[in-house]
Amino acid sequence: MNIIDRRLNPRGKNLPNRQRFIRRAKQQILESVREASSRESLREDGDSRVNIRGDSLEEPQFRLSPRAGTRFHIAPGNKRYVAGDRIPREESGGGGGAGGAGEGGEVESFEFALDRDEFIDLFLEDLELPHLMKKDFQTDDQEKLERAGYQRTGAAANLDLRLTMRLSLARRIALHRPKADEIAALEAELARAEAAGDPAAAEVAARLTRARARFGRIPFLDPLDLRYRRFAFVPKPATSAVMFCLMDVSGSMTAAMKDLAKQFYRLLYLFLKRRYRKVELVFIRHTHVAREVDEETFFHATESGGTIVSTALREMIRIMEERYPVRDWNIYAAQASDGDNMPVDNHQTVALLRDQILPLCQYYAYLEVRQEDDHLAGMSDLWRAYQRLAQDGYPIAMRRVSRRNQIYPVFRQLFSPKSETEATL
Amino acid sequence: MSAILSDDFRIRAHQEWSFYDLHRVFERLRPIAEGEFGLDLYPVQLEVISAEQMLDAYSSIGLPLMYRHWSFGKRFAREEALYRQGYASLAYEIVINSNPCLVYVMEDNSLLMQSLVIAHAAFGHNHFFKNNALFRQWTDASAIIPYMEFAKNYIAKCEERHGEEAVERILDAAHALMTHGVDRCPRKKISLSEEEQQERERVMEEQRMLETLWGIPSRKRPPSARAERQRLFGLPEENILYFLEKKAPLLKPWQREILRIVRNIAQYFYPQRQTRLMNEGCATYVHYMLMNRLYEQGAVDEGAMLEFLHAHSSVIAQPGYDHPGFSGINVYALGFGMMRDLARIATTPTAEDRAWFPDIAGSGDPWGVLREAWANHRDESFIRQYLSPEVIRHFRLFSIEDDGESDYVVEAIHDEQGYETLRWRLADHFDLARNEPQIEIVDVDLDGDRCLELEHRVIEGRMLDERNAKLALGHLADLWGYEVRLAEVDAESERVLRRYDAGPRRSRM
Repeated sequence: MNIIDRRLNPRGKNLPNRQRFIRRAKQQILESVREASSRESLREDGDSRVNIRGDSLEEPQFRLSPRAGTRFHIAPGNKRYVAGDRIPREESGGGGGAGGAGEGGEVESFEFALDRDEFIDLFLEDLELPHLMKKDFQTDDQEKLERAGYQRTGAAANLDLRLTMRLSLARRIALHRPKADEIAALEAELARAEAAGDPAAAEVAARLTRARARFGRIPFLDPLDLRYRRFAFVPKPATSAVMFCLMDVSGSMTAAMKDLAKQFYRLLYLFLKRRYRKVELVFIRHTHVAREVDEETFFHATESGGTIVSTALREMIRIMEERYPVRDWNIYAAQASDGDNMPVDNHQTVALLRDQILPLCQYYAYLEVRQEDDHLAGMSDLWRAYQRLAQDGYPIAMRRVSRRNQIYPVFRQLFSPKSETEATL
Repeated sequence: MSAILSDDFRIRAHQEWSFYDLHRVFERLRPIAEGEFGLDLYPVQLEVISAEQMLDAYSSIGLPLMYRHWSFGKRFAREEALYRQGYASLAYEIVINSNPCLVYVMEDNSLLMQSLVIAHAAFGHNHFFKNNALFRQWTDASAIIPYMEFAKNYIAKCEERHGEEAVERILDAAHALMTHGVDRCPRKKISLSEEEQQERERVMEEQRMLETLWGIPSRKRPPSARAERQRLFGLPEENILYFLEKKAPLLKPWQREILRIVRNIAQYFYPQRQTRLMNEGCATYVHYMLMNRLYEQGAVDEGAMLEFLHAHSSVIAQPGYDHPGFSGINVYALGFGMMRDLARIATTPTAEDRAWFPDIAGSGDPWGVLREAWANHRDESFIRQYLSPEVIRHFRLFSIEDDGESDYVVEAIHDEQGYETLRWRLADHFDLARNEPQIEIVDVDLDGDRCLELEHRVIEGRMLDERNAKLALGHLADLWGYEVRLAEVDAESERVLRRYDAGPRRSRM
């Protein structure tokens, strides 16, 4: 008997089948995924269960109907019946299961787990980052030196010893340069022959002379062998992003409104995370003063005070200058507010945004959260102020939401490639 | 070898296995199986796999090599979900009808379970595969693995060349007709010279067929006779995939080859589908006898024997019809019961047995009787011949009549009047021909729109499931390339009960 241990075989043999299955069931899975996301918050990790029922997943075959015609079932475990007894249909278990009823007919439905990447892939499918290129991408200080092969001349410090010696060795072998110990061997042989008075000594002497000559003629290291590391300037793409979360936490923002904002931030974070190697989060909350806080405080602690939006913007500018130089970072910002602001501050807010923030940002999203019954109310001052910016073509997008299930559609709208023109509403 | 067979070898309860142990178990069992029981075996190749690999083997219908298709991904996802949620446990083993006989065992079985699995699959199933007439006639055990390798590569190449979706469409269609891709009677075997002669005739015949099929119907030409058309196209034909592979006018060569692959796989599995009861019965009986023999020899200690009995009795549990866990007849239970009963009849028959089985009762050679039965029967004929009153009483079998509307009627129970009926009904229950629709291609319309006509012979009012039939017929039309019609005809009155028709979706193939 042969025994083969297959446990170490590559895993995921079924992956191609799974991919084909997911492609096939895509429509149903998408619906299910999006429904799931409006119901529950996106979990940070772990798999997501989706339940699909699929017409496109059916595998039809000619089979007999489980209901038509006269059939005989045979079953074990009879304790009470004799031939000729009648069993009413309603009685469950009265042999109804014997025929394996329920085959065919019904459209199947089943639940299975998508792993996190699959889930996010489907969830954020065909969304695109607007303004993906850094605006000042071409400036000189965005370039960096990178290794780019070898060259034959260069500074001594850049000599690649390993490659040089390898080439030297190859050349010596190719040209049959005698090795030092081969010459030593010949010398020893000659000494022995001469001592013994062997007539072959002359021949050995001749071989030794030839070898020495060859040894001298072929250099150990030739200028031909030298190789220097070559460097070239390449433009450096910024692969890190920072996402500023700005939120009004004054008394008018209820917990439900914060929750809406949180959903939006989370989606944006997931989305950015898929596009950039590194994504950092900065949380700034403000009333009439602004403060950088950690995530927990950001969403949960309450504070009282008035509302001055420009304080948050100033804080953001300060942090940007301090920690996130624009040549290394892609900057995104999302602001959530109920639209309240001190009327005198609006002018300043717009000026800060227009002159200092928007030129540096890849994207600025403004989310106005409303009470659920409030969506008929007029536009807030802040909204009107921002709208003017948007009309002037600055990268600012604005949306109003009042219910949880609006978040995802709004998010999709903001980031689907075709919606850019009407992203300003 | 002597170390392997040394006497100090003992399987203890919950002991971990090692490769050396597995060899020792196999070498202990082999002389018993081959010598005492007279089993005839393929060489064995044991492969140790993980749970994920077991799920994978499940989902690709038990073959270690399989082409890619979304339905296997679907099956995997479903099995995995059931397994993860704890609704289903995995099989202990999978065995492939091949030469050498491939047995897959799970890594987390204990040594005792591995021994049970080896006894069950590497001896029981192995013997059955090698000796049963259906397998000998229909499958080529040494060819299946190389063939699957070819099939996998061929279909992968098709995907590269023609796109995954084009291949998927043809596979979907082929899978829909898979159960109608088997020959139920063997095609005649012929000599070489006859074959050459036939080949020449076939080429000419094909030419004529295509001319007839593609010719422009003319008013002058008399409408062709049905008999003539049937002769030309080799109708009626029940192997639908075969017919399409050979005669569908619009398919490209690679599409025909894929139909052929699916058809060959269907044919390979056809004997297994007809012998589930016997195959499992044989394997279960063999493992039961082998493990008991090991115990008698002192190679299994008492704790391990209890572990064995626990596993064995849960395999052969048969819940009654009114038990929440009831899900039909357990082929392991009934199979094992019948095998054990046959051995009993051969050694210690009662008067009843002598009356029912005069040929084998008291023959004194239980293994001879069993080997004979295993070699020459499929489930249906095996039950018709060997189901004894004793087994019927043991399982307390009863049959009920279900006309779909009025109350169920109990037709027979385990008494003197009922034995013969129950035997008959149970055999029917395992008869594939009765449980799968009998559909034949009967005619091709040559004078009009090249429509293909099929007929389903309806027995006892058992009609097709409508929704499935429509979908499957759609696939059939895609492959044929023109209209297809299916009539359900009552087998007795020849009355047409229902008609289906479907046209090809042009973009599909």
